[in-house]
Amino acid sequence: MSERKFRQVGTRPIRHDGLDKVTGRAQFGADYSAPGMLWGKVLRSPHAHARIKSIDASAALALDGVKAVITGRDFPDVKSESGPAGEGANDMRDLAMNVMARDKALYHGHAVAAVAATSQRIAEAACAKIQVTYEVLEPVLSLDAAVAPNAPILHDDMRAAGDDPKPQGPTNVASRREMGRGDAKQGFADADVVVEREFKTPMVHQGYIEPHAVLARTGEDGRSVVWCCTQGPFMVRAFTAKILDLSTDMIKVIPTEIGGGFGGKTTVYLEPLAVLLSRKAGRPVKMVMTREEVFRATGPTSGTHVRVKLGAKKDGTLTAAEAVLVYEAGAYKGSPVGAAMMTVFAPYKLANVRIEGWDVVVNKPKVAAYRAPGAPMAALAVETVMDELAAKLGLDPIDLRLTNAVSEGVQATYGPKYRAIGFIETLKAAKSHPHYKAPLGPNQGRGVACGFWFNAGMSSSANVAINEDGSATVMSGCPDIGGSRASLALMAAEELGIPVEQVRPVVVDTESIGYNDLTGGSRVTFATGMAVIEAARDVVKQLCARAAATWGIELDAVKWEDGQAVATNGAEGKHEPLSLKRLAARASSTGGPITGRASLTARGAGPGFATHLCDVEVDRETGAVTVLRYTAVQDAGRAIHPSYVEGQMQGGAAQGIGWALNEEYVFDAKGAMENAGFLDYRIPVASDLPMIDTVIVEVPNPMHPYGVRGVGETPIVPPLAAVANAVQRAAKVEIHELPISPPRLLALIEAERG
Amino acid sequence: MKLHVQTTVNGESAEFLCAPEQNLLEALRDELRLTGTKEGCTTGDCGACSVLLDGRLVCSCLVLAAEASGRRIDTIEGVAKGADLHPLQKKFLEHAALQCGICTPGVIVAAKALLERNPDPSEEETRFWLAGNLCRCTGYDKIIRAVLDTAAELRGDSR
Repeated sequence: MSERKFRQVGTRPIRHDGLDKVTGRAQFGADYSAPGMLWGKVLRSPHAHARIKSIDASAALALDGVKAVITGRDFPDVKSESGPAGEGANDMRDLAMNVMARDKALYHGHAVAAVAATSQRIAEAACAKIQVTYEVLEPVLSLDAAVAPNAPILHDDMRAAGDDPKPQGPTNVASRREMGRGDAKQGFADADVVVEREFKTPMVHQGYIEPHAVLARTGEDGRSVVWCCTQGPFMVRAFTAKILDLSTDMIKVIPTEIGGGFGGKTTVYLEPLAVLLSRKAGRPVKMVMTREEVFRATGPTSGTHVRVKLGAKKDGTLTAAEAVLVYEAGAYKGSPVGAAMMTVFAPYKLANVRIEGWDVVVNKPKVAAYRAPGAPMAALAVETVMDELAAKLGLDPIDLRLTNAVSEGVQATYGPKYRAIGFIETLKAAKSHPHYKAPLGPNQGRGVACGFWFNAGMSSSANVAINEDGSATVMSGCPDIGGSRASLALMAAEELGIPVEQVRPVVVDTESIGYNDLTGGSRVTFATGMAVIEAARDVVKQLCARAAATWGIELDAVKWEDGQAVATNGAEGKHEPLSLKRLAARASSTGGPITGRASLTARGAGPGFATHLCDVEVDRETGAVTVLRYTAVQDAGRAIHPSYVEGQMQGGAAQGIGWALNEEYVFDAKGAMENAGFLDYRIPVASDLPMIDTVIVEVPNPMHPYGVRGVGETPIVPPLAAVANAVQRAAKVEIHELPISPPRLLALIEAERG
Repeated sequence: MKLHVQTTVNGESAEFLCAPEQNLLEALRDELRLTGTKEGCTTGDCGACSVLLDGRLVCSCLVLAAEASGRRIDTIEGVAKGADLHPLQKKFLEHAALQCGICTPGVIVAAKALLERNPDPSEEETRFWLAGNLCRCTGYDKIIRAVLDTAAELRGDSR
């Protein structure tokens, strides 16, 4: 790619939506209401595994103010098929059952009925009056229990896909797959050192601060309008239509501001219920989850068992790799184990690989995407084993990774050959960073870890409209979770040659723009950005045509330069340049309003690599770990708005630190989550963390006009291992299980003391 | 039966009806339609609903609406004075100290309360003061920098 000189890309303008967000004016999911609105509440299963024998809602319906009650019986049967518009594979039948249980409740918190009433309190009281008769079944609460002989079965029709020979009876293993290449056995035989370790990680939640919220209004014609905080308004439309057996045009989704998602808002929970309640009651229905409901009934990510084995020569060259990845899917199939299999060894050159992945159902909430789904737990194992390998070989941990790091032209363990990537650059930047050489005190340790994420392309539409005064509006259908409006505006400004302040980026509803896949897979700045660039170039083409017509010259004698049409190709200097402002002012007399549009499916998302450094201090009396210093290095391809790239890196690192040290779902013996609140499910608070240094490396992605790579997900891949490696060095213990909470670490320290 | 509550919100007198068990957060959002104060947990753990009650920083979800009677409440909607943003609001924008923005109102209300008590907080003091305001997006780095930079500006320190 030719080196383009950017005027605006790479600067740090104030985000366009910022003012509304610092003044409290921005409207999030729960901030909408409608005349005549009812409040909806969900009755949830108090059992982790139970057959629903009967539901009697008559007492609830008799309450004054109750306008509608729905149960599984009110929903149509949905056939098992892969759904459109989501992230990863979504089986629509499973999804329909997850939003409202039918014959069986499969986790504590599973929706079994919902009520719409004139106030929240009446709706709550009505839920309490619904009589559900359950046949309580033994819950399956761990991976070991799920695969044990004679384990209780969640789904009678489940047979393990990929199992050979085909299993006869039902199982809790949704799939068991293998991939690999070369001869792993021979590779290990050729190794001078082999390290093998097992790890367990618990279920953890995305922990967005805004609970799920929806307002649905249905007209007499059966058409519904849905306001909700989602990563994918088109996904909500598609999934809700499928679950309720409606045609797509019957539902319009207006995305509100979204208070965090991290993958957790890439599916539906409340939306189909609110639409159905509003249809039944004939009035708008608003539903807002409590924090407890968010924890109990929305997608966390998988708890895992992972075993990784690596073999290396004395010089550090890896000879073979093996991984067994066993992931909890929650109540329905579909853990991110597939992505884990593809990412687990992606950073390294390996000829001999064997990977096995299990997708296992348990009586816990169905998992949803969580930032680089599946990859952090796999990276925890690989990067910890790499560290041990480095120690055994007497090599610097960064040098060991440099010896084996993938680069352009290398075939990834998951298949394709890498194009230009910046992994080695992140390693070198980390090695030369002052952090890496800073002295450490007693009980302190430094960890290094790397991470990889594919990043996604998928489909995006964008419109760029030129206003009468030459300012512009950029329309997209991807909710802005962390500053993407600013990056889209920067790209449009760059193409149009006008200041970014004159570009208004807006996120519009599902009836105001062509189809957009959801905000996920780190794809918005990459793919929707590509659509915005194309739409802006469409505008520029039209502007040049207007100038050519005005001047009476050929189109190829006009070029766009610094926000104006300039005569060229033999016509240089013959015509006064026409600015965007002047062309816009005379648009109606030169052919009409000027709007550019682009709809595309973006190919060639550039893989993102990161290297993180973490220093910790361990308190040997309590087992408490303090993170002293943290540096995240990442290849962003091209940082469009560097502040928000840094923000992604810092936020991902913080989430990973929480995962490593504190966060976990704790279930009682019956499968009820015991810590369903922010007091007991402790995400990092300001006083838990140091400043998080960032180094942005830029190795342009050759498949994007500006070189952009997605940056949102990669930063959560390395921290689990970066923290674990630091703690291992500080405390001289071996970590096999997350979180590295004080009691767990203290037990390791005491065992070591003997 | 509902209670009639007369109070002062952002310097103006206000009144609303509430149930005895209703919390101040609900009254602000659903009765007075001041939705800038956010709900993240209703258990006092996340700080998204931070407001000042007679100048004291509280989680409005832990205050009964009726307790507002005769008291003074300050919310995010009152932080800017007309078209003039508070320096904290400007610094949050300059430093990109927000991503999704749901925690931002609470963080700004809490940070303002800090700077009114302590014009020269250390990084550690700032981190501990804001430990009750959860942010899941930023890792707090840019938030802390924005608050410290605002403090320096308000003190008139040259950077």
